[in-house]
Amino acid sequence: MSSNTALAAGPSPAPRYVDNVIRAAVVLTMFWGIAAFLAGVVIAAQLVWPQLSFDSEFLTFGRLRPLHTSAAIFAFGGTALIGTAFHIVQRTCRARLFGGEPLGWFVLLGYQFFIVIAATGYLLGITQSKEYAEPEWYADLWLAVVWIAYLIAYLGTVLKREEPHIYVANWFYLAFIITVTMLHITNNLAMPVSIVGTKSYGAWSGVQDAMIQWWYGHNAVGFFLTAAFLGMMYYYIPKAANRPVYSYRLSIVHFWSLVFLYIWAGPHHLHYTSLPDWAQTLGMVFSVMLWMPSWGGMINGLMTLSGAWDKLRTDPGLRFSVTSVGFYGMSTFEGPVMSIKAVNSLSHYTDWTIGHVHSGALGWVAFIVFGTMYYLVPKMWNRPGMWSTRLMGWHYWIATIGIVLYITAMWVSGIMQGLMWRAYDELGFLQYSFVETVAAMKPFYAIRLLGGVFFLSGGLIMAYNMWRTIRGEPEVVSARPRPALAA
Amino acid sequence: MGLETVSEVLTSIWTVWAVLVFAGIVFWAWRPTNRKRFDRDARIPLNDED
Repeated sequence: MSSNTALAAGPSPAPRYVDNVIRAAVVLTMFWGIAAFLAGVVIAAQLVWPQLSFDSEFLTFGRLRPLHTSAAIFAFGGTALIGTAFHIVQRTCRARLFGGEPLGWFVLLGYQFFIVIAATGYLLGITQSKEYAEPEWYADLWLAVVWIAYLIAYLGTVLKREEPHIYVANWFYLAFIITVTMLHITNNLAMPVSIVGTKSYGAWSGVQDAMIQWWYGHNAVGFFLTAAFLGMMYYYIPKAANRPVYSYRLSIVHFWSLVFLYIWAGPHHLHYTSLPDWAQTLGMVFSVMLWMPSWGGMINGLMTLSGAWDKLRTDPGLRFSVTSVGFYGMSTFEGPVMSIKAVNSLSHYTDWTIGHVHSGALGWVAFIVFGTMYYLVPKMWNRPGMWSTRLMGWHYWIATIGIVLYITAMWVSGIMQGLMWRAYDELGFLQYSFVETVAAMKPFYAIRLLGGVFFLSGGLIMAYNMWRTIRGEPEVVSARPRPALAA
Repeated sequence: MGLETVSEVLTSIWTVWAVLVFAGIVFWAWRPTNRKRFDRDARIPLNDED
């Protein structure tokens, strides 16, 4: 609609971009976000009240848990990444998306189809039982097709760019798309039992299977949840703050150090297993070295705001983005600590890990997405700003309190759990039975549930605000003055 | 030289090679003559209204 005319009226004869796909991705991201937060709240409640599975096989924790993780990472995060990738690549390359509307829609809708067949499979008990790689062979094959189409659309746009330089955000997105292609295909090589059946057997076995799974799993964190969202940071924070990134050369070193180091860190998921000791130590050392890109990126994101800190008072969207960079620094500081073998011997298999994942997933990933969406919605629908700035502020505080409740509960619960597991009495017997550790965790599970409810409530507030903005009514109370972005 | 020897040589120089490439990237990034172009490149997102 009017976005095309607005573009044509710009200072330079701008090419017309593929924007409808991005609008659809924005709405779908919000939908999947709510679905993922809701699924999380349900399984958190099940851990407090196990009877909530209602004795139904379809509602057991084991089936709902991958539904939650996939909805959060792949549906919510992945859809946000597809939409923002298309938004950023077209604007920073000043070129229309390669393949145009048809390829754009194929990637977005094909990906949605993958999510639906994977998720319905989980509820029916169809799974490869590999964490974050649960979908069976037919869903994996389809995702490979969609993902390669995504790569073609992205790379094609970069290749036909009018801007001589490839802006750094594109490097992060491209690294994400290429690496996920490689990880997904290698980890999911499998032979189906029958062409009409759902069951397959993986190509790998034994400790090699475990290593490939965690090479996949950790780099899903590294390239899906980190690199790609850093690309988001490198575009939308400068845009929202209307300032260039603090140090472009630091962003180059940030990118390459991340790419050189992350791929080796997977073995830290397999400490004290049958994986050879040298590989465990290697994984630990590379994980600790990840502090470099972690802090480099955090400094670069935060310092972009220097001289514009006052914008945090008036723009809750930017506040989300900046807080997310803080959480990025915090959780990527915590991660290397947990990868040290001595620490891992306490933390592994406990709730500490769950807390760590959520400080990353809620604090970093979800917050940067919220900040981005609050920027993108008014932009894509040609509104002066979000419908209500006050509701954005409410969302910010409710969600932040939710995260704090969640991660502090999991720290206490996880460390307690680890200490109870390793406690011996004076005769050398284990001091606690397993069920005693479970009972001790219950209050913390209740606090975690409360944190999740807060976070979900914040998401619902955002969805309402987004809906009112898109419907395009006059703004309530004092309209937020959007920073003028034109030079 | 058999394929196995080639593989062995490559394996042993891989880390050194990777470190050198990375050092080269850092050198390139911090080269004073590149400062101007990086300042320009950093403004790419801000150059359009959209």
